[in-house]
Amino acid sequence: MVMSLEARYEEFWRQSIKQLNEVVKATGLPIAPDEKGQYSLWYDVREMRLRFSISVERIKRFFEGLREGKVYATRCRRCGRYYFPPQADCPYCKASDMDWVEVSGEGELLTYTVINTKPLTYSHYPDYVVAIARMREGFNVLAWLRVDDPKRVRVGMRVRLQVVRREPEGYLTYEFVPVEQ
Amino acid sequence: MRKVGIIGVGQSVFGVRNDVTIQELAWEAVKEALEDAGLTQKDIEISIVGSAGTRTYELYPAVPVNEYSGFSEKGPLRVEAACATGSAALAVAYNMVASGFVDIALAIGVEKMNEVDTATSLAVGGRGGGNYLWEYHFYGTTFPPAYYALYATAHMAKFGTTEEQLALVRVKNQKYAARNPKAQFQFEVTVEDVLKSRPITWPLKLYDCSAITDGAAAAIVASEDAIRKLHIDTPVWIEAIGYASDTSNITRREDYVSLKATKIAAQMAYKKAGIEPKDVEVAEVHDCFTIAEIMAYEDLGFVEKGRGGGKFIEEGQSDIGGKVAVNLSGGLLGKGHPLGGLRAWR
Ligand SMILES: [Zn+2]
Repeated sequence: MVMSLEARYEEFWRQSIKQLNEVVKATGLPIAPDEKGQYSLWYDVREMRLRFSISVERIKRFFEGLREGKVYATRCRRCGRYYFPPQADCPYCKASDMDWVEVSGEGELLTYTVINTKPLTYSHYPDYVVAIARMREGFNVLAWLRVDDPKRVRVGMRVRLQVVRREPEGYLTYEFVPVEQ
Repeated sequence: MRKVGIIGVGQSVFGVRNDVTIQELAWEAVKEALEDAGLTQKDIEISIVGSAGTRTYELYPAVPVNEYSGFSEKGPLRVEAACATGSAALAVAYNMVASGFVDIALAIGVEKMNEVDTATSLAVGGRGGGNYLWEYHFYGTTFPPAYYALYATAHMAKFGTTEEQLALVRVKNQKYAARNPKAQFQFEVTVEDVLKSRPITWPLKLYDCSAITDGAAAAIVASEDAIRKLHIDTPVWIEAIGYASDTSNITRREDYVSLKATKIAAQMAYKKAGIEPKDVEVAEVHDCFTIAEIMAYEDLGFVEKGRGGGKFIEEGQSDIGGKVAVNLSGGLLGKGHPLGGLRAWR
């Protein structure tokens, strides 16, 4: 399924580049009418793909934690502040003296939304629930809430944070599940 | 700080503007502002270009825009503040004049958002608006729709605000957009239309959201001295500007029923101007989503927290004849929402 998604993009790009090349061959220029056939557009032939690399060196403990099935926050040894998402520096103490602490995972739902109109790289997932919950420790976490029926989600409901493998890609992340009452 | 007045304004037609480049779009607004002020390029000492960018083929748009409008050697200084980019450009131009750095400055806000497809645009927004790795990368949070939807859900749960009340904001703003020849959507809508429009990110539906818009605006600001020398007798004096922000990580916000940045900025502005919320008769507020306008009523102090939905909107307190007339231009919902489009003076 990962392949089919990738393949879909590739197919989409290949088709549009092919069409563009045909227009250039036929007319000498990459100019064609817009979607409504109203105005002339120059279709950029210099494609640019952006794929960034992000340093996680100073918070790699977090990702090791995911592999162990644990979600970690950092806590400043000087002022006791929790940081989630975890960060290596406490700007208030001007220190980088952190403890890695496992998140309790017990939380109360503060708010949520159901994403119906999705970005391209999310288009292969069914509509998903994005939720924010207040953890017992006092900080908030944003994650998907796993539910069969979004209509049963309520602000104030109890949720638990757990590490999951996001399919079909198979990468590790964390999600909420409702706590049965 | 010196006294500063606005002496000329201009605005392009908003919409999907496949008929122009970003330079041409900006020029529509700049030309109108110059004519409005009765000035030429010679008179302008510095230009500030507000553009969030990334969705247009000119990735560094300030210089090309500046050159096209005939200001090659004057500035530009590019300003970016996401959806407040245009206002930020005006704030910088204001300070350039107030501080005495120059006597006359131009603020341009311009955004060409339709040069990429909608899915790509949502990806740019999702990456740019919140916190990339922990929100967009893992959870596909569309920015800004998902973020405002999180506020809407919380507001509805805490205060009983309804989807119908949110819809009333759009109905009001379309009433005025329908009469604004530069608006993207020049038609009226009913509550029913809003409720029936397709879901974007529950509880927000298509008509609860502003659109992906191409547009430009420009404002020329000048010092009191310069205004006297130019014999301009009807400038719009800028009494006060307030400016604030909140966290990038939405999880670190204090609550999801108000915008702290709005409250702080409003207090700054009220204090400087020596007025209170009850003194405000007309306001242009950031209605990128219907819930945003409801929260603005409250955060600006027009009505107490939690009451922006409810009777306030139902009784037309934010319409002409009510407590404060809000977004008589049609707002971002009706006019369109180019990120860089100037708003402060609308
Ligand atoms: Zn600390």
